[in-house]
Amino acid sequence: MIRLAWLILRKDLTVEVRSGEIAYTTLFFAVTCVLVFAFALVREGKPPDDGAAGILWIAIAFAGNLALGRAFERERQAETLRALLLAPAPRPAVYLGKLLGIVVLLAATEAVLVPLIALLFQARLLAHPFWMAAILASGTLGFAAVGTLFAAMLVRARSRDVLLPVLLYPITVPVIIAGVRGTAALLQPEFEGDIVRFWFALLIAFDAVFVTLSLWTFESVMTD
Amino acid sequence: MSADGQHASVTFDRVSVDDVSRHFGRRRAVSRVTFTVARGQILGLLGPNGAGKSTLLAMLGTLLRPTSGSIRFGTRDVTTGDVALRALIGVLGHDLFLYPELTARENLSFFAALYGIADADGASRRALEQAGLIDRADDLVSSFSRGMRQRVALERALIHQPRLVLLDEPFTGLDDASTAALVARLKGLREDGAIVVLATHDLDLADGLLDEAVFLRDGRMVHSVARPDALRSTYRRVMTRSPMPSGAEGA
Amino acid sequence: MRAATVCALMFALSPLVIASADYESTMGLVQKIFYYHMPSAWMFLVSGLVCGVASVRFLITGDARHDRTAWAAAEMAVIFGLVTIVTGPLWARKAWGTFWIWDARTTSSLVQWMVAWAYLILRKYGGPGSEKLAAGLALFGTANVAFIYVSVNYWRTIHPPTSVVPKLPFTMGFPLWYCVAAFTLLFIVLLKLRVRLEEQRATLDSLYLSMDEQG
Repeated sequence: MIRLAWLILRKDLTVEVRSGEIAYTTLFFAVTCVLVFAFALVREGKPPDDGAAGILWIAIAFAGNLALGRAFERERQAETLRALLLAPAPRPAVYLGKLLGIVVLLAATEAVLVPLIALLFQARLLAHPFWMAAILASGTLGFAAVGTLFAAMLVRARSRDVLLPVLLYPITVPVIIAGVRGTAALLQPEFEGDIVRFWFALLIAFDAVFVTLSLWTFESVMTD
Repeated sequence: MSADGQHASVTFDRVSVDDVSRHFGRRRAVSRVTFTVARGQILGLLGPNGAGKSTLLAMLGTLLRPTSGSIRFGTRDVTTGDVALRALIGVLGHDLFLYPELTARENLSFFAALYGIADADGASRRALEQAGLIDRADDLVSSFSRGMRQRVALERALIHQPRLVLLDEPFTGLDDASTAALVARLKGLREDGAIVVLATHDLDLADGLLDEAVFLRDGRMVHSVARPDALRSTYRRVMTRSPMPSGAEGA
Repeated sequence: MRAATVCALMFALSPLVIASADYESTMGLVQKIFYYHMPSAWMFLVSGLVCGVASVRFLITGDARHDRTAWAAAEMAVIFGLVTIVTGPLWARKAWGTFWIWDARTTSSLVQWMVAWAYLILRKYGGPGSEKLAAGLALFGTANVAFIYVSVNYWRTIHPPTSVVPKLPFTMGFPLWYCVAAFTLLFIVLLKLRVRLEEQRATLDSLYLSMDEQG
């Protein structure tokens, strides 16, 4: 099963590298988001306290929503999702392959966003790189886990573009809260290790629960 | 005949569709259809658009569950989660199932590996040779004409040597040469003992190719006949009369 | 039908029962709204639970009955949640001076209410096949309860809170249990009615389909 997930992931990455459509548009959208926030929130050259953390995670949430929608829209066009479902691959493998593809895409976006935000908002996001990466990784995984399942579910539905955020954002509230608060704790002048560890633990628990739930229900939810 | 060793225990000689219906809310897509098709036979699902052909094919491909009735592969009842069965089914859909951003070779290798074929690249190469596309193997599928894409898609559907082959409107948009090649390929499949179910509204092509014909209208089976000929006149006659009661009536 | 009559009577009498309750010293008359607020909050929780359980059963068995129950329960959740969210701020305004406090319980209730809303939007606009999707959403929403509560709780209070929600002593007397009984009855009556509506719709669909088959 891992082999199949890896196969699907490699295929997705090849397709993406060739066309670049989702990667570039997501990245551009995320950067534009950050700029809009800058115009909205920065007053006299100073951002609000902890503003950088919030902006980072909102940009990830919006960009992630866009990327998810586009990724599955592409599968819908040649009905290749149907081809994947027809293959004798266990459904969880298909889910896993798609999930990892989204995570890689978002990771690439974050690699650009973090330095950008650190620069624009004078936020010391890279002061504790290990923890920053840990919070980002676990938060992105949680968001993508729920998002991949919902986006796959919605492929055959009407109004799918508008329904994805409607479904996704309430469920990923804990991820956003934990991500923002964890990142904000990293920005404090004195490093508050306990707080960061707490939020990281919450994210890991969320990831464990929801990736497992998604793997269990993917089959049931994709068949009619 | 299957390529993936671990699924070799599942095999079947016939596919039986027994009083199968499928509805979506109030919309009746397929209503009480019954037929059987055995190895080495080509069955045609004929009817206008919206007759239920695609829905029936989806059910045969185990993607959709009938709301009543049953589909059996040999003695095995079909359930949607049946991984072993999916290894023996090949589908050529209306939308071709190809990734335009990958080359023909990459598409075939991907699906070969997905279906568990040990030497995916070798199988992919052989398939390309069979389709006569080996010199375009490393071109992106997006640069292919409709006929060429169809050929690649057909190879994709057949790369794991499936026992059951489902084709949804395969003749759409093909020129004469491609059509002849497809017909020859289907006849070859029949000789190899595969079960072929073909949905089309192109009656002239189906003439002479089919071993059985099932006529569908509004989801209902209005006629079925073995060894059909003069399909067009049969079609005209059959589509304008009232539907049969449930249960097949041979001609 | 009898249940509905009893329920209606209970609600008609409830103002009298509430009026006879002890007059709460610190907040006065406004505190009486608590007798509606609390039971509807409980019914909101119960509805969410029923929806979650029914959705899981639907995902496992595919039996349409569970799907109908889940949908009805989701509607109940939105209704009772609405009552809770309207009565809450009305009480809060008089009691504490603000309409809304961002504390753990109110905020997580709000988020869960939004999940119930999302469920209904999905059922309405998702097109065919949205039953399974909605069940998946309900499952995730139910699994999320603990996460939402914990994250919202610590979002607010991990730094010293700016305002302290006062603890409210009240007597769990007869009026409260009376109202809880009334609301529970209301929940059951409405749920049954709603499920029956869906059942009749399903029966109508299958009649329509079978009539078509003979025609």
